[in-house]
Amino acid sequence: MRFLNRSAGRLSRYRRGPVAGLVVLLLGLLLSGGVYAAVSPSSSASSAASDDALVKQGRELFLVGCAFCHGQNGEGQVDINGKLIGPSLAGVGAAAVDFQVGTGRMPLARPGQQGPVKRDAYSEDEIAALAAYVASLAPGPAIPTSADYSTEGMTEQEKQEAIVRGGQIFLTNCTACHNFTGAGGAMPRGGYAPRILDTSPRHIYEAMLTGPGPMDNFSNGNLSPEEKRDVIAYIQSMKEQPGYGGFSLGNLGPVSEGMFAWLVGLGICVAFAVWIAAHTTRSSKKKELQA
Amino acid sequence: MSIDTSKVATSNKTAATASKPSKAGAAATWADERLGLAAMGKKNLRKVFPDHWSFMLGEIALWSFVVLLLSGVFLTLWFRPSMAEVTYQGSYDQMRGISMSEAFASALNISFDVRGGLLMRQMHHWAAMLFIAAMMIHLLRVFFTGAHRKPREVNWVIGCLLLLLGTLEGFTGYSLPDDLLSGTGIRAADGFIKSMPVVGTYISFFLFGGEFPGEAIIPRLYTIHVLLIPGLLLALIAAHMLLLVYHKHTQWPGPGRTENNVVGFPMLPVYAAKAGGFFFIVFGVTAIMGGLMSINPVWKFGPYDPTKVTAGSQPDWYMGWPDGALRIMPGIESHFWGSTWSWNVFLPIIVLPGLLFTVLLLLPFIEGWITGDKREHHLLQRPRNAPTRTATMVALMTLYGCFWAAGGNDIIAIRLHASINQITYFMRAAVFIAPVIAFIVTRRVCISLQRHDNETLLHGYETGVIMRTPEGSYYEKHLPISGAEAYTMTVRDRSSARLTEPAEADTNGVPAPKGRLSGLREKVRTLYYADDIDKPTAEELEEARHHAEHEAHALAAIDGHSADGHHFDGRHPVSEEPIRPEHHGH
Amino acid sequence: MSADSSHDTGHEPGHEVINARTDALLADPGLPDHVWRPTDVDAKAEKRAERQVATLFGLSAICTVLFVVFYITLETGVDGPTIIGLGASNVALGVSLGLALLLIGIGVIQWARKLMGDHEISELRHPASSSEGDRAETLAALNAGLEESGIGRRPLVRNTLLGSVALLAAPAVVMLRDLGPLPNEVVGEYEGAGLHHTVWRKGMRVVRDVVGTPVKASDLEIGDLLNAEPEALFPTAENGLPELSGAELQIAKSKAALVMLRMDPNDIVSPVTRNWSVNGIVAYSKICTHVGCPISLNERTTHNLLCPCHQSTFDLADSGKVVFGPAGRHLPQLPLGVDDEGYLIALSDFLEPVGPSFWERNTKSPSEVAKGLS
Repeated sequence: MRFLNRSAGRLSRYRRGPVAGLVVLLLGLLLSGGVYAAVSPSSSASSAASDDALVKQGRELFLVGCAFCHGQNGEGQVDINGKLIGPSLAGVGAAAVDFQVGTGRMPLARPGQQGPVKRDAYSEDEIAALAAYVASLAPGPAIPTSADYSTEGMTEQEKQEAIVRGGQIFLTNCTACHNFTGAGGAMPRGGYAPRILDTSPRHIYEAMLTGPGPMDNFSNGNLSPEEKRDVIAYIQSMKEQPGYGGFSLGNLGPVSEGMFAWLVGLGICVAFAVWIAAHTTRSSKKKELQA
Repeated sequence: MSIDTSKVATSNKTAATASKPSKAGAAATWADERLGLAAMGKKNLRKVFPDHWSFMLGEIALWSFVVLLLSGVFLTLWFRPSMAEVTYQGSYDQMRGISMSEAFASALNISFDVRGGLLMRQMHHWAAMLFIAAMMIHLLRVFFTGAHRKPREVNWVIGCLLLLLGTLEGFTGYSLPDDLLSGTGIRAADGFIKSMPVVGTYISFFLFGGEFPGEAIIPRLYTIHVLLIPGLLLALIAAHMLLLVYHKHTQWPGPGRTENNVVGFPMLPVYAAKAGGFFFIVFGVTAIMGGLMSINPVWKFGPYDPTKVTAGSQPDWYMGWPDGALRIMPGIESHFWGSTWSWNVFLPIIVLPGLLFTVLLLLPFIEGWITGDKREHHLLQRPRNAPTRTATMVALMTLYGCFWAAGGNDIIAIRLHASINQITYFMRAAVFIAPVIAFIVTRRVCISLQRHDNETLLHGYETGVIMRTPEGSYYEKHLPISGAEAYTMTVRDRSSARLTEPAEADTNGVPAPKGRLSGLREKVRTLYYADDIDKPTAEELEEARHHAEHEAHALAAIDGHSADGHHFDGRHPVSEEPIRPEHHGH
Repeated sequence: MSADSSHDTGHEPGHEVINARTDALLADPGLPDHVWRPTDVDAKAEKRAERQVATLFGLSAICTVLFVVFYITLETGVDGPTIIGLGASNVALGVSLGLALLLIGIGVIQWARKLMGDHEISELRHPASSSEGDRAETLAALNAGLEESGIGRRPLVRNTLLGSVALLAAPAVVMLRDLGPLPNEVVGEYEGAGLHHTVWRKGMRVVRDVVGTPVKASDLEIGDLLNAEPEALFPTAENGLPELSGAELQIAKSKAALVMLRMDPNDIVSPVTRNWSVNGIVAYSKICTHVGCPISLNERTTHNLLCPCHQSTFDLADSGKVVFGPAGRHLPQLPLGVDDEGYLIALSDFLEPVGPSFWERNTKSPSEVAKGLS
């Protein structure tokens, strides 16, 4: 019981911590980003006039920035050799657009590469418009709301359990590619699983939902929304975690530890050995020899 | 291991002979009357150790071993080597309520609930890495300077065994906390064992007490880690040190330093202070590393679960090279008569390390056989003066480095944005090509340096002073090196003498009958010394001296007592010398 | 020890043994003259060095006191305070202890460098071998001893002794027999025992790892990766399976883990893979055939599965065949089916051993393996 009480106090601290701020900020962004929160495949059928305007704006943006690879109507595009340049976007949903464009992966610098995280090319409003347009092509996963990935409103005990469960799911499904702290890892033929420590909870959620690029899907039938939320809670808690043992050395495991052992540990010891054996300064004066 | 007490240095006239019974003297008398320590103390208290930084590399290993013993004992007070399943109820939030082995739970307990426990765990791990790293650079120093030659071959063998045992000790220790990485390591080890033909599965079942993972492996590894291997390590370290004391330390050649003496500072007080102080330094460095640099954060890996894995699953660095060999090995497997030969695992992880270790162990004997050198050697060689030996070790280091890099191919891929497949293909070729290139390049560099030494001996060193002749041509002024430097450079064998080294000779100097291998040996020996540059002969040296004198004379005629260049080369104290003598000033 | 002095004067012939071929190109100039240090000739410098060393020791003592203070005041672990994002207890203890030790070390060495006598002294070496006389005596003693024992004259005694002592190795080896059972002895001892079996059997449901919920074929979308386990590892009242614990649970887990992928059925290349899939859902052993790491690094676009330990890569669309890396064998596939309620089930145990290769293993191609399921 003692442990539980202690943990309760600890978790409540997070509310005042940077994550809480982040969540509030995201909420604010979502609200100021406007109406698109209401845009989801299920509700788009009964969309209001403002939604139509958003879709129209999205379509214009799409034709300028995306249609070259994804086709005029998002149907996908192949080059003359039949190689896929941009996949069809029917059914990828608003979540995929929000992830790909929101993290700066899209638009790609060149087709075929694994999209690196870049600075956003579009504003929040424009991303919302693009998402609304792509969502209007065919039903697909909607952009998750903070209710989907936040542990707000849970009791401390529930939060605690969510984090533990999320950790187990994380270690089972995510660490194989993204490493035990989310520092990323190598994939076949030059591919890589990116570092996910700086990715926002919404984008992590969207990534699991839509399986961007070479990543696998973790659709709701595979990993339930609650389980996704728990994974995010665990990642957030690891981000909050201080370096109990000191600097993390890149969180890359034994390779970086070995490098530091050689360069820092052995380097300092050898430097001391050089000092120990070095000759001290000498004087030109002579000393009377005692007996 | 007893030391022949008849061979006692009495050259130290200042040896402790208490004339008046002081307090220390009284204590010494008490001890001597019971233990007879005076005979040993007489020759050892003022035993001479030569001073050079590279002679202290082994000491780093020794002191980190002491740190390992101290921190290790601390850890045993809390660590529970048990695979019994418990539900974690400790203070680390992210794991609470998870079932794990008692070993992992106690590792978490040491990390989070024992004050200073995390520090000790990290110090133990850093010291282990330092221990093996220091042994390796000590080994390199010994080999590059020729300190493995007669009479020290046995100590070389002991040192190699220490390296092997240290590695095994490291691997068993890495496996104990039963976290995800260590469990993955044990599972891979199970795969290695199973790859052995015929006996593989039997050994695996004996080791694990049944099928992997079972519940026996951690307690068994624990006993090996805290009792068996440390005991062997201690015994071998003791033997290593006793032989060091018996042989006395090698030294660099120099004025007054010969094969027959050892010049340096006495054990008491100077070396006792320097070595003792170095212990505190190594201990302190380890403590600061343990305090500031996170190592093996087991709480991030979580308990071992045979269904989980993480990217960046690597062993500690000293196991990295066989792991690299394993990564780049093509997937060859043969099937005969319902049995499986797993070449892809057996060759790189069982055969290759065994083979390379045997080569390492035999290096002094192989070299001795090639050179036929039966003399004792106590003066060290500069690496350049044994080009083939130096090149051999550099080639081995390159091979090791390639395997090592291959062991980190995923980290290299992600850090350098390269393709893991390309790196692997590259490494498959590099392990064969790079050592050969390294051998050739190193050998040529050594030979060039030998040439440069001869240049310096004959024509002096480059002063960096450019002279202009009356005709208007320029040349760089060379000045003769000091007698001491010249002497130091010339203390080395001549290859003409080496090539005619008698193969074997009995005590009467009668050469042994030529064996079947003697022809091969002649050939290898010729290759071993091929292109070696000899030091100049006495005549060449004399002629060069004449030439230099003549030149100096000619110069003096041009410039009177000119600045001869040494003012600018930083080799001589010049504070009290005028650049030009007074009478030249106008 | 009067004999020693004769040794050291160099008259003893043994001395000449240690010698390089003295190709005396240049005469040995001998040890250079001693040059004094400032601390030797200048009383002020000496005092200064003394104060310096004492200061180092004093600072060390302060650090040690600080260590004790930190030990008492700083809470360790998760509740402890932090400093620049690091655990304060560990950092403070490590740095204070480290400095305390370092300062003593530096002080002692500084003492040796500046204040202790620094005359280099020379000590004579002796050859590692004993003198000829010693050798002869030892040899004589050895011969006398052997002669008196009669070991050479009584081969019967000698040989029986050697034989009986050599035979003593047998108990040492035999005693280790109970370290573990032989591979074939465990078969049938527990569920899925032995190298050739796992806990999978016909009709066993596939459940999600960690949470243990069964999976419907319709739950998964194309591109979904699922890390799964047999339901036997998650016994419930509903499935009525026996509770596994301890070693049995670990052994079962270590062999039965699955990695499942739902791919576009048109992408599947191998007929075996297609036969054993449900709506494009394929299930493979998660245990690498190289040395046994769990694998689940899947690249959705290529359905290539990469092992994080040694980078063996398997093609999940083509019977798990090796496309890259050191693995020598394809990844075993589990035949999948659907039960009445729509949940995914195994149609049998794995039809070949999972995990790394071993001697007793009989390896077949996937199509041959598939004949086992009938």
